[in-house]
Amino acid sequence: MLYIYMLGYDVDFGHMEAVSLISAPKYPEKQVGYIVTSCLLNENHDFLRLAINTVRNDIIGRNETFQCLALTLVGNIGGREFAESLAPDVQKLLLSSSCRPLVRKKSALCLLRLFRKNPDVVNVDGWADRMTQLLDERDLGVLTSSMSLLVALVSNNHEAYWTCLPKCVKILERLARSQDVPQEYTYYGIPSPWLQVKTMRALQYFPTIEDPNTRRTLFEVLQRILMGTDVVKNVNKNNASHAVLFEALALVMHLDAEKEMMSQCVALLGKFIAVREPNIRYLGLENMTRMLIVADVQESLKRHQAQIITSLKDPDISICRRALDLLYGMCDITNAKDIVEELLQYLNSADFTMREELSLKAAILAEKFAPDLSWYVDVILQLIEKAGDFISDDIWFRVVQFVTNNDDLQPYAAAKAKEYLDKPAVDEKMVKVCAYILGEYSHLLARRPGCSPKEIFCVIHEKLPSVSTTTIPLLLSAYAKILMHTQPPDQVLQNQIWAIFTKYESCIDAEIQQRAVEYFALSRKGAALMDIFAEMPKFPERQSSLIKKAEDAEGDTAEQSALKLRAQQQPSNALVVTDQRPSNGEPPPVFVGQLSVVKAPNMNNTEDHYSTELVLSQENGNLSQVDQQPPSADPLSDLLGPLAIEGPPGATVQYENSTVSGLESGPDVVDGSAIVPVEVGTNTIQPIGNIAVRFHALCLKDSGVLYEDPYIQIGIKAEWRAHQGRLVLFLGNKNTSPLVSVQTLILPPAHLKMELSLVPDTIPPRAQVQCPLEVVNLRPSRDVAVLDFSYKFGTHMVNIKLRLPAVLNKFLQPLPVSAEEFFPQWRSLSGPPLKLQEVVRGVRPMALPEMSNLLHSYRIAISPGLDPNPNNLVASTTFYSENTRAIVCLVRIETDPADRTQLRMTLASGDPTLTFELKEFIKEQLVSIPTVAQAPTPAPPAAPLTPQIPPNDPAALLADLL
Amino acid sequence: MIHFVLLISRQGKVRLTKWYSTYSKKERSKVLRELSGVILTRGPRLCNFVEWRGLKVVYKRYASLYFCMCIDPDGNELEILEIIHHYVEVLDRYFGSVCELDLIYNFHKAYYILDEILISGELQESSKRTVVRSVAAQDSLVEAAKEQTGSTISNIIAHAAK
Repeated sequence: MLYIYMLGYDVDFGHMEAVSLISAPKYPEKQVGYIVTSCLLNENHDFLRLAINTVRNDIIGRNETFQCLALTLVGNIGGREFAESLAPDVQKLLLSSSCRPLVRKKSALCLLRLFRKNPDVVNVDGWADRMTQLLDERDLGVLTSSMSLLVALVSNNHEAYWTCLPKCVKILERLARSQDVPQEYTYYGIPSPWLQVKTMRALQYFPTIEDPNTRRTLFEVLQRILMGTDVVKNVNKNNASHAVLFEALALVMHLDAEKEMMSQCVALLGKFIAVREPNIRYLGLENMTRMLIVADVQESLKRHQAQIITSLKDPDISICRRALDLLYGMCDITNAKDIVEELLQYLNSADFTMREELSLKAAILAEKFAPDLSWYVDVILQLIEKAGDFISDDIWFRVVQFVTNNDDLQPYAAAKAKEYLDKPAVDEKMVKVCAYILGEYSHLLARRPGCSPKEIFCVIHEKLPSVSTTTIPLLLSAYAKILMHTQPPDQVLQNQIWAIFTKYESCIDAEIQQRAVEYFALSRKGAALMDIFAEMPKFPERQSSLIKKAEDAEGDTAEQSALKLRAQQQPSNALVVTDQRPSNGEPPPVFVGQLSVVKAPNMNNTEDHYSTELVLSQENGNLSQVDQQPPSADPLSDLLGPLAIEGPPGATVQYENSTVSGLESGPDVVDGSAIVPVEVGTNTIQPIGNIAVRFHALCLKDSGVLYEDPYIQIGIKAEWRAHQGRLVLFLGNKNTSPLVSVQTLILPPAHLKMELSLVPDTIPPRAQVQCPLEVVNLRPSRDVAVLDFSYKFGTHMVNIKLRLPAVLNKFLQPLPVSAEEFFPQWRSLSGPPLKLQEVVRGVRPMALPEMSNLLHSYRIAISPGLDPNPNNLVASTTFYSENTRAIVCLVRIETDPADRTQLRMTLASGDPTLTFELKEFIKEQLVSIPTVAQAPTPAPPAAPLTPQIPPNDPAALLADLL
Repeated sequence: MIHFVLLISRQGKVRLTKWYSTYSKKERSKVLRELSGVILTRGPRLCNFVEWRGLKVVYKRYASLYFCMCIDPDGNELEILEIIHHYVEVLDRYFGSVCELDLIYNFHKAYYILDEILISGELQESSKRTVVRSVAAQDSLVEAAKEQTGSTISNIIAHAAK
């Protein structure tokens, strides 16, 4: 059967047989049973439970061979249940003096497995003494196994086992001097290399060695290993001795030895990376990377830079990777230029699987250590040219961000962009970035030869036929901007560009079409254009998303976390933005005051969110984020100002509204980077993405991300059935270290009954925890449940209050009705409080189909054709709650085609509260602007003539992504 | 620790798998597919380590068989390389100049021997003699049991013949 399995066929049918063979009395059958079981099943398999009892009987039984079999099985696939029932027995076996070494070493490793899998179940209190005893063992087999066990124990809690430390050193000394080592345990003349390695590994888990005598002995041994290892002919001997050597190196690094020894190590490694043997070269590079943790070796490592760069060109991709990592780690301001240039050069010939990582790292280094900004722009543009396909969008977003934020850089970047576009074959990414830069800044070049708007336009336009649909919008924006910068207007150019816009007005891609139409309309406006197409506002400084990406890409090894640490110590200080905070006349407090005054009226459903933000900006006074609001809001108010005046005279209320929204967009811009409040000042964890937007999205769908920051991601998946719901919270730790003190508290409103299952206190690294949450709806209400979530990461205590998307519409069930059903009911519910009518003003303008889609997404079914007037909507739904059971609700919305900002809404249901609540709920959805927070240039709610700037405008995209 | 041990022939046929970490059936076949792709395509004079999904795979080729072991990224690669060699030497001693066919026909023996060398992904015994001795002891137990059953069966056959 095992053979069938190995050939890759399904052998589920035989699992039961295999497990039952275990309990056979005869040895061969038992043996087969054990071996098949341990190969085929994994620890979570249900059948294993059946075997636990038999296994236990074998372990406590007298028959040694049976014991061995059972221990092997448990050691290989033992899971939690095994740990619970067998751990004490196994511990006893390990310590008993009457057992043969064979059994004892097996039980040591078996215990190791159980402990490693379930440290909470296996009780190891007071094991320190026993371990010390075990280390006196004469049999090297048992000793090897015990040492493995010790490594696991010590890595968990080194303090308890300090008594083992001198013993380990003694063992190591004995082995290194090859005293008293039986012949059969020497391997190619080396006394048990594995035990040596393990012992040194165990020593690495102790922080320091206090006792001077022990320390001296250890260093003598290490010295002997470091110096006494030569390259020999025999491959195996070589490998074994170098295994010991590299472990010794690791130990030396860990112990932070004297300088002298360190430089010895560096010299050794330098020798290794130059040898022919690829294994040694690989390990040399790897250990050099690890060595970077020790600060002062950087200089001595630089001496080997040339050699490392040669390794980068090795045919072996494993070696290349190591070399790249090392170069990335050792790069600093002095050698950045060389290294980045090497990387760029190497990009041409690199293996395809490596190019992405390579270009990412080059981009980060260029950013981090750039001596001047123009160099940085050069590097990135070269990078895009050479490896366009392998570059993520983030890289070019980042360079655009820098160019935008640095006035001095703009002409240079524009000139460069032009140069690149002049080349015959250009990568699409390059077209994107160049078109963007030229669109924004080509006017700065206007005086240079060959850079008139017309010529620039021609250069860009040449590329149009060859690009994909995602790039065309960018090109269109560039055209519009070029057109705007052409003063006085050039009639020919204008016509040319208009022709293009008209052509794309019927494009199948909605994005392109919309832009073409809008730009065309806008560009006819003449002078008013200036404001709309003004240069992009400066971006707020943010941490490069690239670095984060690189960190995510990296695994969770110790060496890499050390690199991360270094990366944090050296913030990208080379690129200080020159003019980040233009002075503005408005003192921040006034601004804030204004905000709080105008905010109150229409923000009731996002209030908790914003009020906390207000607190933030007030407390911090003129926090830089507040400073940045006006510039980013500026073009907006320009936009709104004249247009609102142009609007209908009766729209004063709306004007106020639009100002509100304009001002609101201030905090919204900040919102993306705003601190989740609660602990202002100490808290520096920034959420990724906008919480409000995420919440709104989740109100409409049943699964998605509720919250995300650099450490944690909270996802939600919900199922709703009538008045009950079941949400599952997915708490995902994004980091390589555990999140501790995790606390979740649900603050349910009065109308919801919520029960959260137990949430673990700790979320292990890179793990995801699921917490089911049961919801029962008692009665209609619009209140929202809040999840109070906190965790601790390092020294940061983070507390987040999140609204849970268990909102009214989740308990609705769409119910299409026919005219025969509708009208009798509609008539029977006459007048308040069962039937309510309200005229709603300041509605977000939307077409009728859009509105019916909106209602539909809130689970309210539209019944078309019921109302004779095509401008009216009739809809119905069923509401479920525990107190009321199913209630049918009927909705009628009468819109005014002349003025889309107002409508009359009539709600009817058999329950007065429900009628009221549902009416308010729908009103909120129609009035509020859930998408506003996405872009710094939101569509104002009440300016009918305002051009809707598409939410995925490049600016918005950039601001969002960077 | 070692997460799993694989023996793959040069044609990509799997000869032995042993999993010390928990992998579901689906994951197992995925791992096999990916790794055989990565390892079998590597040239002859490259190093014996491959980085794979944040872990490291140490492999070595003996004749037509690739022995692969997957370890943590901070593990000692050369040590693992020598464990592989150690295993091969023990196989060699047990079978007497081992070849791929030995492992195909006596795959269960290969598992027994591996169990004597590795448990829960750690080295258990580094002495070749001890390992061979204990495997031999197991064999003799099996033989003894076989003789017993064999004789009972021949008795039955004898009875039936009468």
